[in-house]
Amino acid sequence: MSGLEIDNISMRFELPGGDAVQALENVSLQLKQGELMSVLGPSGCGKTTLLNILAGFLAPTDGVVRLNGHNVTGPHPERGMVFQKGALFEWMNVRSNVAFGPAMKGMPKKETDEIVDHLLNTVGLGDFKEKAVYELSGGMQQRVALARCLANEPDVILMDEPLGALDALTREKMQGLVLKLWKETGKTIVLITHSVEEALLLGERLVVMAPRPGRIHKEYNLPFAKEGVDADLREVKKHPEFNDRREEILTMIWDMEEEIMGHQEESK
Amino acid sequence: MTILIIYILIFFVAMIIYSQIKRFTTSTKDFTSLKTVTFGDESAVTANRTASIISVLSIFFLWGAFTGSSLTPIHAPGPYVGDTSFTYTAENADKQTDTATVHIRVHKLNDTVEKPEIPASGNDGFAKDDVMKVAAWRTSNPTKVQNNDDGGKVDGYRVTMIDGQAISPNGFVDVSDGQVRMTRKGSLVFEPGKGWQMEPIWLPAPEDVWGRLIEIADVGYQNVTLSENLGWSLYRVILGFILGSLVGIPLGYAMGLSSWFRGWFDPIVEFMRPVPPLALIPLVIIWFGIWETGKISLLFLAALWIMTIAARAGVSGVNISKVHAAYSLGASKTQLLTKIIVPNSLPEIFTGARVAMGVCWGTVVAAELVAAEKGAGKMIIAASKFQNTDIVIMGIILIGVIGYSIDILMRMAENWLVPWKGKS
Repeated sequence: MSGLEIDNISMRFELPGGDAVQALENVSLQLKQGELMSVLGPSGCGKTTLLNILAGFLAPTDGVVRLNGHNVTGPHPERGMVFQKGALFEWMNVRSNVAFGPAMKGMPKKETDEIVDHLLNTVGLGDFKEKAVYELSGGMQQRVALARCLANEPDVILMDEPLGALDALTREKMQGLVLKLWKETGKTIVLITHSVEEALLLGERLVVMAPRPGRIHKEYNLPFAKEGVDADLREVKKHPEFNDRREEILTMIWDMEEEIMGHQEESK
Repeated sequence: MTILIIYILIFFVAMIIYSQIKRFTTSTKDFTSLKTVTFGDESAVTANRTASIISVLSIFFLWGAFTGSSLTPIHAPGPYVGDTSFTYTAENADKQTDTATVHIRVHKLNDTVEKPEIPASGNDGFAKDDVMKVAAWRTSNPTKVQNNDDGGKVDGYRVTMIDGQAISPNGFVDVSDGQVRMTRKGSLVFEPGKGWQMEPIWLPAPEDVWGRLIEIADVGYQNVTLSENLGWSLYRVILGFILGSLVGIPLGYAMGLSSWFRGWFDPIVEFMRPVPPLALIPLVIIWFGIWETGKISLLFLAALWIMTIAARAGVSGVNISKVHAAYSLGASKTQLLTKIIVPNSLPEIFTGARVAMGVCWGTVVAAELVAAEKGAGKMIIAASKFQNTDIVIMGIILIGVIGYSIDILMRMAENWLVPWKGKS
């Protein structure tokens, strides 16, 4: 079976004090090849834990994750990661950063250069190939991170709030870029975000998670990502349905946040 | 004390003059000049290079002014040099009084002069004139001025006044060019005025120190040339530092990567870190002797813990996102170590190396003070035993200059090799 399959995973661990945390409970999801899914939820709902399990950095206590039919047991270049920030290698220039994955595989230099040149042109950094990464702005650094991930030809791209550290204008531009790359490469993408708007725009599917224990609260199938591929994102946002969905999800998340506050009051 | 007050005065006077000049000259309209809030704004405070230059110049000026240097136009009053005299009034056994003069020649240190002549006119009464000679900053030999007087050796003959002021045994009288003291047994001691200048044995003039530098650079001191002395010190520092790094950096990496290594070496490193290397000198001498092995071992130990801790901090400081990213891009453990961990730790290691070189340089000088045949520390301790203050001061300045140069070189190497430092 091709695609990413999350089969009933749970994760529970003990804190030093002896208390146990149920970070995830019975999470099941299927993603077909080429699907773009955004994950949204209040802080502490386990969305980053879920992503780390998909990446193979954490092992679930129950359940399995399968990619194209085989179990996920650790990090692997088939699943690429894009982090919020700080994951670029400052001691390498832009070109070497993007070429890191192919270099680890031992790909010949000529072939690597072709891939790197192509990707950097795609993300709009054709003129910055030999720059040091710390000379770039935050938005440009995230473009490098996207290109570096794509250079490895992963089957799935996992994004952990990739645009979270950017200012609002850059963020909008980058959202367009993510959609463009999704269309051009046809990769399966899982994107975690704090922003409801971003989740609606960049999610063909949108999963809202609830905390304590971390679980799937609601799932949506949305048209906006497909519309956004070819249209102006600001036009997409003007859609009445977009506004309705945003209000609905915001209310949902606010209710959860209030519930969390209530729990905290009780436990005091 | 006076010097300190003068120094503080120079500080404020220079500051006021500078700000007045600054007010009348049109300054550049850079961004900082447009800030209205500067007091408390750290970015508005940069080292004023005019102040730095005046600061260094005023130290040299004070040094020159208080050592009688030919390089400074004005000097603090120096010690009295020249011919002077004072009178004494003696009372003989018959209660008669007479006055005579003591002629004194005050000469420069290290000069040889004759005592002054007694003028023929000075011997009309029973008290006869006397002569003394004394070097500047010194006191004359105690002289019994009555010895050549008529009846001076008779009981009851005594000196009662100096320059018309009464004096008694253990007392003193200030005269025009110095002070006259009477010893318990009635001898007179003349101490010429010392002025404000420092005696060369306390502080030689700048040009004397410079002259010594030229001389020692050329012919050496105690058969060891200057470059040999400094070269040995540098050689020890560099060898000790390299050995310390060769052991310390891998050890630090191991401590950063393995819990067992961290647990095993943590107590040792944390215990040894606060022990100053100088405290190890006695033990190192007992174990390794006073020769090269001992000094290299000491510097090895001085550098070892610093480099270990720096490498450990470099590994611990790696952003977990970088590690995750590298693994996700297909890096093996070896590739992670060589491509991520090592380059990521370089800024910390360079910081540690700068600290270690500074500590090693300080330690080598101290170790050479204790025991060495050659070296910068050896040179100044040997010079101090012969009261060659100029060599001591020259050595201290050279040690400072070399220590500063090492740090500048390390910083340049750092900028060149780890340009990404502090920019992640």
